[in-house]
Parts: sequence; structure tokens; C-alpha cells
Amino acid sequence: MSVETQPGSARGWPDWRWHLGVAAAVLAWYAVYRQLIPVSEWLVSLLPVERHSHTGEALAFFFYDVPKVMMLLTLIVFAMGVVRSFFSPEKTRALLSGKREGVGNVMSAGLGVLTPFCSCSAVPLFIGFVSAGVPLGVTFSFLIAAPMVNEVALVLLVGLVGWQVAVTYLIFGLGIAIVAGFVIGKLKLEGWLQDWVREIHAGASAMDAPEDEALTMSDRYRLGLATVKEIFGKVWVWILLGIGMGALIHGYVPEDLMVRIMGADAWWSVPAAVVLGIPMYTNAAGVIPIVEALLGKGAALGTVLAFMMSVIALSLPEMIILRQVLTLRLIAVFIGVVGSGILMVGFLFNLLF
Amino acid sequence: MKSIKVYGPGCKRCETTAEMVRTRAAALGLEVEVEKVSDPREIAMAGVMSTPGISIDGKLVHAGGLPDEAKLDGWLQG
Repeated sequence: MSVETQPGSARGWPDWRWHLGVAAAVLAWYAVYRQLIPVSEWLVSLLPVERHSHTGEALAFFFYDVPKVMMLLTLIVFAMGVVRSFFSPEKTRALLSGKREGVGNVMSAGLGVLTPFCSCSAVPLFIGFVSAGVPLGVTFSFLIAAPMVNEVALVLLVGLVGWQVAVTYLIFGLGIAIVAGFVIGKLKLEGWLQDWVREIHAGASAMDAPEDEALTMSDRYRLGLATVKEIFGKVWVWILLGIGMGALIHGYVPEDLMVRIMGADAWWSVPAAVVLGIPMYTNAAGVIPIVEALLGKGAALGTVLAFMMSVIALSLPEMIILRQVLTLRLIAVFIGVVGSGILMVGFLFNLLF
Repeated sequence: MKSIKVYGPGCKRCETTAEMVRTRAAALGLEVEVEKVSDPREIAMAGVMSTPGISIDGKLVHAGGLPDEAKLDGWLQG
């Protein structure tokens, strides 16, 4: 990547100033982060409530968890914004085109996490991949991994549930994307695309992509900041609502009821969680505080993971978008394969833990 | 007169991009015709994989995310 300066640009800070600024910001972040517990305790002590009462506990939880999650989110989303600026759908397509299945599915799922992706451009991306000779199954690995394994989900899991569950989610999320894509590829369903997609597939091969926009490091930092702004604009309400909801569930939902419905002994709870998750459409920020509360009330880990994966990876609106390029039969296969993967993960975890 | 197409299925960022193109063109005193393309088929045929995309006189200059204002000026004047 060539480094060029932009003379005359008002925002054209030289790279070294950005490096220094980012380093200083990270240090400041760390200093503030370490003070979160004392500050939240101090805030609660200012209020006229008994610290060890239910209200006091809930307030301390709220004052600590909200800034903690917000701060973690800022740091990780910024870092991911910078990392993602090194990737683009065009580069990913070039890497994946003509790749064999197997290796291709693994690469594709990994790139799905790193490539900037918005579900609103799922259709052009799908066509761009398939028309450039990326195998159908490999394309699906990308489309499954991209929404399912994202940094917002991981940060919230680390912050609210624990890093062990976050790592588990990451590994099995990628695993499902790889295996489901591989299975769909083996089924040879290219004939089940909509007719017009197959025509593009057979016809155009070299479509013009925009010339690579040369980015300087400061451009990348700016992109990182823009990503933070954008993600926060979308999720802050959900985080506040979710953490508030979580606190309420902690207080009011009876534990034995939850164990009966979502505990490991109820075998039907996993399929029920998957089916329930499909029509539900919310982003990771909305579902994870609920996940946290469910776990705290004795719901089984496998059941809760299955619910979360189903909500995020199998959403009705995305199916409707994909309907433009896929026939209903192919969508049914997609739901079937991914759903079975989620089911297996759910059962496996309920067995193991 | 430049013919500019903004490709996007109608998400918020695509609207913002089209608005940005109009504003910058007006600020530069350029006469442009901005067309919004929202048909997924046309978007795909134009080679746009991440929206919003911008093409000027048939040449694709940008795809994915809001364009940088300074760069947008460059493309408009180029």
C-alpha cells in the first residue's frame, strides 16, 4: 500500500501524529478502565440506598456494566475498523475465486469475519462472488460467518457472560459456517439459483471493480473512528435496554421455571430454541444481555447458544433479501443445513457441560 | 454534464451518499445528474459488491461505505 500525503487537506494529520494520538488514547482507556469498579462503588455510595440491598446490587451492576461494555466495545470496534480497512469484498473475492472446496470453506469463513460486510449488500456480494467463480458452498461459508461471528457479539459475550463462552461461540460459529458451506457445496445445487443469476454466472466473468483506493494509515484510523460512531449509533439503545432487562430478569424470573423450560434435561428445548430464533430478528447487542440473564437463571449453555446462533444467523429478513437470488428450495436447504449445525452444537454442549 | 449513479438497495448510508454527491457537486459548481440505482440485479451487473457504490460517466470509482469527501471532490472534478 503506497503512502501518500494529502497536501491541502484540513484533516491531513501526518501518520506519526495519529500513531501518537492512538497510543495515548489506548493508555488513557486503560487508566479509565481500571477505575471502573471504584467509580461505580463511589456512585452508588452517593445514592440514598443500602449498598447490600437488592436495589444497591442492581445499581452497582448497572453503573459498572454499562461503562464496561461501552468501553470494551469502543476499543474492539475501533481495532476491527482499522483491521477491516485492509480487507474488501473485492480482495476477498480474488482470494477465494477458484479455490477448492474444503480449504476454500475454511478461508471463506475466516474472511467472512474480517471483510467489511453489511447484510443490505448481501445480494450484490453473492452475485459478485458466484460470477467470479467462487464455488457456491464457499460463498455460503462467507455468508454464514459474516453476520454470525462479529465483534459486537464477541465483546458483549466477553463483557457480560465470560471469555470462555465467547471463545466457544467463536470456534463453533466458524465451525458451522465451514461445515454448512461444505455440505451445501457437496449437494451441487448450482441449478437451484434464480435463472438470472445463472445467466450472469455463465456470461460475465471480468467485471470492472473500482481501482484500489490508496489508504494511508491515518485514513485507516479515521475509518476506525467512523466505524465506532456508526456501530454506537446503532447499538447503544440496545445495550442500555438489554442490560436493564437483564437486571430485571435477574430479579423477577423464578429460577425453577427457567430450569424446567431451558435446562439441559429438557431435550426438546434445543430445537425449540432454534425454531423460536428464526423469526426473531435483532442484532447481537439486543440478544446477548438476554442470553446472560437466561444463563444466570439456570438455562443450559447449549440451549442458550443455539438460541443466540439461530437469532443471529438465521433471520427471516435476510432470507427475504436472499430470495432474490436463491430459489425457495435452496433457501430451505440453507435453513436446514445451518439449523442442523446449530442443533448439533446445542446438544453437544448440553451433553458436555 | 456528468452522469452519476449511486448504487444501493436503499439503506441509510446509500441515501447519505447520494446526498453527499449532490452537495459536493453543488459546492464545486458542477452540473451533474444523479441517479439512484436500487435494483439488486443492476447493482450486481455494474460490478458493485459492497454498497453504496458510485460510478461517474459509466466508470465505477467507489464501492463500500461512505466516500471520503476529499476523494469525492477529486472524482467529481476528474
